[in-house]
Amino acid sequence: MMIVVPRFPGTNCEFDTVYAFEKLGQDVRIVWHEEEILPSNTDLVVVPGGFSYGDYLRSGAIARFSPIMKAIKAYADNGGYVLGICNGFQILLESHLLPGAMKRNENLHFVSKHQYLRVENNDNRFLRNCQVKELLNIPIAHAEGNYFIEEKGLEDLYANGQVLLTYCDKEGNPDNPNGSIDNIAGICNKNRNVFGLMPHPERAMESILGSEDGIKMLEGFIS
Amino acid sequence: MKAIVNVYLKEGVLDPQGKAVHHALGALGFDNVENVRVGKQIILHLESDSVQSAREEVEKMCETLLANTVIEDYSIEIVQ
Repeated sequence: MMIVVPRFPGTNCEFDTVYAFEKLGQDVRIVWHEEEILPSNTDLVVVPGGFSYGDYLRSGAIARFSPIMKAIKAYADNGGYVLGICNGFQILLESHLLPGAMKRNENLHFVSKHQYLRVENNDNRFLRNCQVKELLNIPIAHAEGNYFIEEKGLEDLYANGQVLLTYCDKEGNPDNPNGSIDNIAGICNKNRNVFGLMPHPERAMESILGSEDGIKMLEGFIS
Repeated sequence: MKAIVNVYLKEGVLDPQGKAVHHALGALGFDNVENVRVGKQIILHLESDSVQSAREEVEKMCETLLANTVIEDYSIEIVQ
């Protein structure tokens, strides 16, 4: 598979993302945000974490208008698979590739720790190797992960099985690190080809570093 | 022409910063504050033929970039 990782000024998780997919035996290419087209053999786009444009104005608000985002939007509209991690998720929200928006964490802190997640839906490419209600231990590191969507939008998310991951403790009870509505940590679009989550599966690839639960998540994309 | 844009979270969207500032004011003894909303102000200097066209243009800027209308409202004041 050819996996493309766009890099914006301020991106800082691109090498972890490359490492993670190379560990899974895939070809990965970093593409600068000024590029206007994606490589023709792109099988998956992973928008990585970081602080694109210094998080100025709002996280992801300026990256959204980078030339490469136009190509990524066209790719997604055409059914291509896109995954946004952390700042990548924020960029996909700002691009309206995913519904809702991010607010500052409820306690205003930058939260950086391992966090358990509960799988809410596995009827999609991303989490197809996981079981519903399965718990995954994945690092989070963000100040704006307080996901918000208005009531009607939230109903639609549930009706279409778009709520994929929620925050919980190691027993699986709700445990919300940022004030996110309904403890939501990750969602997908209605067509189930665009995914976004605040936690960092690419940082959970080695048990010696605390967790390798990210492997089975990212492996879902590998055909 | 000068445009003053205020961007703030919509009514009904919980404002974590406003809540923290409200709490801090209470701790300092300002206990008559009922509600605090924290927003941001963006000041633009622009050339435009009329107040009307300036306002229309800034409105477009707000809709596309300056505000995220999923969670934020904005107000525009044009000063000549």
